[in-house]
Amino acid sequence: MEALSLVLGIPLVGGLLLAIWGGGRAGQDLNAVVSFLTLAAAAWLTADVIRDGPLLVWGEWFFLDALNVFLVTLTAFVGFTTSLFSRPYMRIEVDHGKMTPGRMRLFHSMYQLFNCMMLVALTTNNMGILWVAMEAATLTTVLLVSVYRTAASLEAAWKYFILCGVGIAQALFGTILLYLAAERAIGGGDNALLWTHLAEAKHLLDPRILSLAFVFLLLGYGTKIGLVPVHNWLPDAHAEGPTPISAVLSGLLLNVALYAVLRCKVLADGALQNGLPGQMMIGFGLVTVVAAAFFLSRQRDVKRMFAYSSIEHMGIMTFAFGIGGPVANFAGLLHMTVHALIKSAIFFAVGHATQKAGSQLMEDIRGLIKVSPTVGWGLMLGTLAILGMPPFGVFASEFLILTTAMRELPWATPFLLIALGVAFAAIFSKVQPMVFGETSVRPLAHSPALLPVFIHLGLGLMLGLYIPPYLNDWYQQAARMIAGG
Amino acid sequence: MDALLAQSINLFAVVLLVLAFAMIAQRRILTLIHLFTLQGAALVAATLVVAYLTGQHHLYWSAAITFVLKVVLIPILLHRVINRLNVRWDVETLFNIPTTMLIGIVLVIFAFNLAAPIASLSASVASGTLGIALACVLLSFLMMIVRAKAVPQVIGFLSMENGLFFAATAATSGMPMIVELGIAFDVLVGILILGVFMFQIREQFDSLDIRHLEKLKDE
Repeated sequence: MEALSLVLGIPLVGGLLLAIWGGGRAGQDLNAVVSFLTLAAAAWLTADVIRDGPLLVWGEWFFLDALNVFLVTLTAFVGFTTSLFSRPYMRIEVDHGKMTPGRMRLFHSMYQLFNCMMLVALTTNNMGILWVAMEAATLTTVLLVSVYRTAASLEAAWKYFILCGVGIAQALFGTILLYLAAERAIGGGDNALLWTHLAEAKHLLDPRILSLAFVFLLLGYGTKIGLVPVHNWLPDAHAEGPTPISAVLSGLLLNVALYAVLRCKVLADGALQNGLPGQMMIGFGLVTVVAAAFFLSRQRDVKRMFAYSSIEHMGIMTFAFGIGGPVANFAGLLHMTVHALIKSAIFFAVGHATQKAGSQLMEDIRGLIKVSPTVGWGLMLGTLAILGMPPFGVFASEFLILTTAMRELPWATPFLLIALGVAFAAIFSKVQPMVFGETSVRPLAHSPALLPVFIHLGLGLMLGLYIPPYLNDWYQQAARMIAGG
Repeated sequence: MDALLAQSINLFAVVLLVLAFAMIAQRRILTLIHLFTLQGAALVAATLVVAYLTGQHHLYWSAAITFVLKVVLIPILLHRVINRLNVRWDVETLFNIPTTMLIGIVLVIFAFNLAAPIASLSASVASGTLGIALACVLLSFLMMIVRAKAVPQVIGFLSMENGLFFAATAATSGMPMIVELGIAFDVLVGILILGVFMFQIREQFDSLDIRHLEKLKDE
């Protein structure tokens, strides 16, 4: 299948090329070109899926269905816009002496490999390879988090490596147990870990093994999602790494980890038939939303604050998928898409704002609307969008999640509403002076790339008002599939 | 003969567990690396015996990969790292070894209870040892929590990977080859990155004590 080999091959080859030529300004352009080609290949692949329906590729080793096809497009798209954003951002970092040509080579090369590994994780049919790709995606970003070599960034990267390493080790144990169950149900061998085979035989998998396996898988991949109480790496890694990396971690890596949990949930639901996986996800999701909302109000670092906001939103999605059913799953999938777009847009705007102020502390960032109105408006609109203001897409998905929660789990609704309210108060009261306050800071040498910010916000707005029919079909198919249909 | 070999799997499993306990109590970094190498060797031996008894050829490959990685490459890398960082003879002060050992015993009992119902479902010749494998994973986890230096933490991480590999052999007759290759590759890349990392930490803090790495907190 040519389109898929291009989607996976372009970032891989690009990563290797950029390891050699990624140092100078040409490297920045090459990085954007490689990301654009990946996006073009992903668009081709999507067109194939729209025309032919779900695909099984290369002896069933890779597959595309309603659940992963839009995530592949989203990953390639955010990967491309982030590479556009990183051009001026990294030029300014080079001017400030924070990035050297060697570090730029590392950054560009690892950026492409990171994209490649996420795309492998999304398209692979093999639960073992999914694990391998998730771990590889972590490994590629560890050195990026510590790329500035400051004490704080080293600490963040060490935490990131060790905590995610331990977490992902739990997921490996879960995968081993899954293989054990598969061996008993459909026989061992290379095909036993293929998701499509497991999903066909999910009623045959032993419920005792699967319940334990799902606990380990949820905890393991949940570390990557940033579920409380295993979230500690996330704010540090987001705050200390370069901003393009914060954008792709928040927008993409967390989604891919949640995607892995969803694949596991379908299997566990089929085997257990008692709703236990959903209840566990509801519990983790709710704790995550509430805890993150209260952490939000105590933040002083702007990137840390939005990292906690990501934790909060991942909690909302986990909660939604935990409730299950076609509507909640639909809302969860929509929320995944819109959150990825808007959160990365916010990080783009925040990146330029912190470069202007020379500090990530929110009290040092003031009056963005005067120094550079577009950054200010970008940040303000992005904040309103992520807080769930209509007509942006987050409003639509949160509204669906809340109404479903009221019907299915009335006791959980007050917690959700309080958490959303606290988050609103915390974030808005901090962003407002950053955008409208008084300032004496001069504009930046390189004009910031604001196109990505407004494209993302525009798409987030569009999804709030109008969902294209094929995307709607995919959401509904995927929602039915996750619900066990 | 085969019965004796089947028994020997249990022997190797016990060796793995004892080594995991020894690692928790060991203060010298150099000895810790020796213990880790021994654990790798026991893992290779156990995998070879399972491979012979079940006639699964890919397990021989898995044993070979484990040997190259866990007994040769990673110990060599670790030795080079501690030589270059000059921490070869470092002794770490550990708080309260007896308490840690007692917690370890509780973990082992917990692991056995957790694994017992599942182990009986497994068809593998080594199914009885799934509890031991899980216990090794949890003990390595404990070691990572109580250690304050970077190198012992990394060894704890690697020893956790040993426990997981053993779990894969004990519960199933080895994961599919491609998955095992992928995992091995990830471990190798991971250890290389950690090596680079330790030099960066040392350069920044003049020490490998990760208590320096506790500044990032929410006020």
